[in-house]
Amino acid sequence: MAQSFPEDVLEHVFSFLNYDKDRNAVSLVCKSWYEIERLCRRRIFIGNCYAVSPEIVIRRFPDVRAVELKGKPHFADFNLVPEGWGGYVYPWIVSLARAYPWLEEIKLKRMVVTDESLELISKSFKNFKVLVLLSCEGFTTDGLASIAANCRNLRELDLGESEVEDLSGHWLSHFPDNCTSLVSLNISCLGSEVSFCALERLVARCPNLKTLRLNRAVPLEKLPNLLCRAPQLVELGTGVYSAEIQSDIFSNLAEAFLGCKQLKGLSGFWDVVPAYLPAMYSVCSRITSLNLSYATAQNPELVHFVSQCSNLQRLWVLDYIEDAGLEALAASCKDLHELRVFPSDPFDAEANVSLTEQGLVAVSEGCPKLQSVLYFCRQMSNAALVAIARSRPNMIRFRLCIIEPRAPDYLTLEPLDTGFGAIVENCKELRRLSMSGLLTDRVFEYIGTHAKKLEMLSIAFAGDSDLGLHHVLSGCESLRKLEIRDCPFGDKALLANATKLETMRSLWMSSCSVSFGACKLLGQKMPRLNVEVINERGPPDSGPESCPVEKLYVYRTIAGPRVDMPGFVWTMDEQVSSSLSRVTERRGD
Amino acid sequence: MSPENTRDLPESETSGGLKTDLTLGLPGDSQVQKSGIKRGFSDAVHSNDAKAESQPPSKAQVVGWPPVRTYRKNLMKNGKYVKVAVDGAPYLRKVNLEIYSSYQDLSTAMGDMFTCLIICNVLNERKLVDSANGEEYVPTYEDKDGDWMLVGDVPWKMFVESCKRLRLMKSSEAIGLGSAAPSTPSKGSSTSC
Repeated sequence: MAQSFPEDVLEHVFSFLNYDKDRNAVSLVCKSWYEIERLCRRRIFIGNCYAVSPEIVIRRFPDVRAVELKGKPHFADFNLVPEGWGGYVYPWIVSLARAYPWLEEIKLKRMVVTDESLELISKSFKNFKVLVLLSCEGFTTDGLASIAANCRNLRELDLGESEVEDLSGHWLSHFPDNCTSLVSLNISCLGSEVSFCALERLVARCPNLKTLRLNRAVPLEKLPNLLCRAPQLVELGTGVYSAEIQSDIFSNLAEAFLGCKQLKGLSGFWDVVPAYLPAMYSVCSRITSLNLSYATAQNPELVHFVSQCSNLQRLWVLDYIEDAGLEALAASCKDLHELRVFPSDPFDAEANVSLTEQGLVAVSEGCPKLQSVLYFCRQMSNAALVAIARSRPNMIRFRLCIIEPRAPDYLTLEPLDTGFGAIVENCKELRRLSMSGLLTDRVFEYIGTHAKKLEMLSIAFAGDSDLGLHHVLSGCESLRKLEIRDCPFGDKALLANATKLETMRSLWMSSCSVSFGACKLLGQKMPRLNVEVINERGPPDSGPESCPVEKLYVYRTIAGPRVDMPGFVWTMDEQVSSSLSRVTERRGD
Repeated sequence: MSPENTRDLPESETSGGLKTDLTLGLPGDSQVQKSGIKRGFSDAVHSNDAKAESQPPSKAQVVGWPPVRTYRKNLMKNGKYVKVAVDGAPYLRKVNLEIYSSYQDLSTAMGDMFTCLIICNVLNERKLVDSANGEEYVPTYEDKDGDWMLVGDVPWKMFVESCKRLRLMKSSEAIGLGSAAPSTPSKGSSTSC
């Protein structure tokens, strides 16, 4: 087919395509479009670092400026993935350093990042601008010192909620005096004190600084010093929000906030002393994003503060807000898109606060734009879920955690099948769902029938049989990620839907009833899947084939079995026979 | 009453009838049934004490459940959180003692936390008083040795270190509590708020 446009015209058209989906679609049209597109793609997103190898990426896309990688499965957040599992970024950095000297951005999530990796980044990319490390681990403040010292044009340094070994706060002083390019700095996860003078000078010389998230060690009394040097801030994460109650501290704080006319987002608030909340009243009406999930303030100060933020779109808060607070929220914050309520005392079986399903129902009924919910509570009813579903057919993300596993509808003692069924039936745009409480196979039938746009599903302590899993795998057309723990799902559903797994990013199953034999079979049948068995108690073949594996992680890949597995992970592939083939253990770093 | 008995039921229970109208909610809240499970105050006291005595220190926990990120769990652990019970309220609160630097800050916080209570000057001392009936509340705490003491007698930092939990007791029951200095609860005397 003759080309209708010259290459550079097509390239110009493609430059307006920013979404991966669009670029992927374009590259499938014909060979010449594939060629043009691959030469001009600048941003790469890799949702599973083991789905592809650096070499394959580099071969296809020779001129990339931004790379985003994700490593460990989501359940790693809850300690379900053992230490040493993998997700090492170092081999990627080595390859990227060689191939993309003009790389500007690296964003990593749930990966193991070492100081060596950080040093290599800081020295390999002359125009490096953005480093985002979300929920990563493995590095120390020495690695951060390399980044600070060597990245001349650094715009963004975001440490997310990473686990950093804090050797000293001195690393911040490594930013040279002529570094004025910072736009975003998030050090909230760091434990130790950074040099305040260095921080103050850094903030003062970066006129484009829009996001500043401090760590707990920055005292409240010193916050005004930073705010008056950065009145242009759009997002602020405070340090510890407590001090002795003194009027001059309060007035300094209030005055400093008064100067911040662009402030839209607030976070931090560790150890909050409620008496200091009113210091922020001057900014409340402009606030659209509020993260109070570390703030142990209680009502009435808590709800009073939140209600001042009439333009709130996103609220993260502890369950100290209680039902009464959520009712007030529903009345005052009509623009609310997202609500997350975290448990203040997750391990206490008894409720320590008056937060029930009523709070969520109130917000669902009162906030017409509510589309994203994460809610921890101790009781739920089908009636409440039905009410929520009917009020909010525009719901996109719905994650409910009832703290006691298998808790039934507290009013009728029935399973919550009907309630969650109503959610998937009414909320036709639902993309993410996490369920809890007492659930039978019936809820999975509802999900398979109705949840056609569902992309991610999390299940725990639910279901009766393989039929449940089968409903999901056979019915959910858009499913990309499925994570399951402690459910009686086994071999039949998995093997019957083996080809479905190639259309998904990944499947996680732990403490279920999938046998070693079935895992082997799956691995042998599906060469484009990595079927990884995680057994910490010993090799899976030390017992009979019918023995269930502890954990199973299945993901599609074009890179073959990985070569950096620790001793407790086995790949089921064609070579697996009675003597288990194990690839040599080699850590990536 | 011996210090031991202060952990027992309030006088209303032992006198065979509920003198105060106990509802599910803090005194002053509207009478609303919060959940299908009604818990009388005596039940709450009993269950809390029973829990403290019979249950192991931490209930056997399922790994990774509830799904709270380790990051968040670690951050919440910081600080010294103690439970605060108020006579007449079925729900306990928790305070982080480490965020306060003096008894004054703490009592201000108590006043804020339990909105029915206000701080009044009683004979030149700041006291917590129920705004509905004028009843005085005395802050008491259980120390490391399991003894119930009056709050305020030891240096602040020592108090933070040894306090295991707090209880705002009706002053009529605080007679005989361990304290460094003898103190007589003042009833019916002139109060200025």
